[in-house]
Amino acid sequence: MIPLRDIAFARSGDKGNSANVAVFARTPAAYVWLRENLTAARVEEYFRPLGVGVVTRYDVPNLAALNFILPHVLAGGGSRSLRIDAQGKTLGMALLEMPIEASVAALPK
Amino acid sequence: MHRPLKVANACAFWGDQPEAAARLVAAEPTLDFLTLDYLAEVSLSIMAIQRAKDPTAGYARDFVDVLRSLVPFYQAGGETRIVTNAGGLAPAVCATACREILRAAKLSHLKIAVVTGDDVLSALKETSAAFANLETAAPRSSISDRLVTASAYLGAGPIADALRAGADIVITGRVADPSLTVGPCLAHFGWQTADFDRIAGATVAGHLIECGTQVCGGFSTDWLDLPLPQDIGFPIAEISVDGSCVITKPAFTGGAVTVPTVKEQLLYEIGDPGNYLSPDATVSFLTLQVEATGENRVRISGATGRAPPPSYKVSATYRDGFKAHGQLTIFGNDAVKKARHAGVALLTRLRDAGCVYRETLVECLGTGASVRGIASRVSDTHLVETVLRVSVAADTKDPVERFTKEIAPVVTAGPQGVTGYATGRPKVLPIFGYWPCLIDREQVKPVWRFIA
Repeated sequence: MIPLRDIAFARSGDKGNSANVAVFARTPAAYVWLRENLTAARVEEYFRPLGVGVVTRYDVPNLAALNFILPHVLAGGGSRSLRIDAQGKTLGMALLEMPIEASVAALPK
Repeated sequence: MHRPLKVANACAFWGDQPEAAARLVAAEPTLDFLTLDYLAEVSLSIMAIQRAKDPTAGYARDFVDVLRSLVPFYQAGGETRIVTNAGGLAPAVCATACREILRAAKLSHLKIAVVTGDDVLSALKETSAAFANLETAAPRSSISDRLVTASAYLGAGPIADALRAGADIVITGRVADPSLTVGPCLAHFGWQTADFDRIAGATVAGHLIECGTQVCGGFSTDWLDLPLPQDIGFPIAEISVDGSCVITKPAFTGGAVTVPTVKEQLLYEIGDPGNYLSPDATVSFLTLQVEATGENRVRISGATGRAPPPSYKVSATYRDGFKAHGQLTIFGNDAVKKARHAGVALLTRLRDAGCVYRETLVECLGTGASVRGIASRVSDTHLVETVLRVSVAADTKDPVERFTKEIAPVVTAGPQGVTGYATGRPKVLPIFGYWPCLIDREQVKPVWRFIA
């Protein structure tokens, strides 16, 4: 397995008690792989330990990006959450740690 | 043919770098506008607390210091105009403080305008409409007696009107963040309010610069590769009459404006990229083209817009109890086990003393606690050190206050190797619930006026 960060970069931010994580492919081939394999269900399963609700994925092909909406993932969000990361600042980095199939490393650069 | 409008951001949040504005105008004296954003989701509730103690408070006082730092620039004939939401709950009070700075500096020819009408607290409290929470669908009646602030996100219209009338400094309360940039564009280019594609482009430009250094490489995935990280530049949007823009930064600053840094910021805090809702237009990001046109220059074009939603978004806040966080560092064999044990012991001790909490949390930083249960690389037993962070929340202040006094005694009653206690007792923090909802446009009356 390799980490997702080998083929993508990301950015997360908060909106109330929800967060979004945008994932950007580093190459066109990586974007094809991401669209097929980084499904909303897979991301939802990954973030389940944080209590995430039903994840929605929006495709943004002109930016070679996928935008994931993670509801209820911040244990109250902003002012209320007791967590060290109340605003989802770390969620992008966390998603980039996701292990993916090592064969992805052989995609064209 | 209109020349491009140069709009910079000099403040991304209440507490951002105080010297950014003065440095921007020193590096780029021909900037048309500085925009400064001070208001996050619950900033206004903090201002409400400050105002309850001091009637001359209720706005971002930092901005008055920023204006003071710009006095030499204006005395030397600088013409950069300013649009900021530093007014918070009290734009006129903020403007009066600014007026005094300008008067003392013999700059009274600079005209200050304020935009108000965003405060809809009385509408939320007094009308029978439900104002249901956009996240939870709960009706407003469940929090009516605890409401602290309710502000509608106004659009660019009143900002543009004030600028057309000759304002040099426009101070607002709550407006949509990109509207701080769209207002100057409306005034400069003479767009109509139905020029939705061009307004969409300016909205994208405003969205890109509203978080300051973030579009110039701050907070980016590849941050380690940036040049001069000690001095990341603040962003400048050069907006063209067609609504496209080039994002850049002053010469000789650190960071980088690249296609990846721009893409990351484009989708920062975004929901459906095909329907970005602002009070000025509903914007699609799905038609955008992003291309590098030079070193630290990225062009964004192709935005498409439609009419904005029929309602304004309202950000309301309400009192929701108190919380505190306490931290100690634990070093030694079994550090994580000891830290967890000490945290649980502390909370048990407090409960035995009669303290009632609605929520508590024990975290061991260094173990991957930011996203507990995900992406941890090593087992806890490999760590020789951790930061114990204990948090409590309660409906009343007393049990939280008691908690803050019980942290330091863990140093003598806990395991050997506890340190990091020198910063004193933690603070009791008020919790403000966030209540996003919608209000009909007819119930909101945005207005602007000069402050003489």
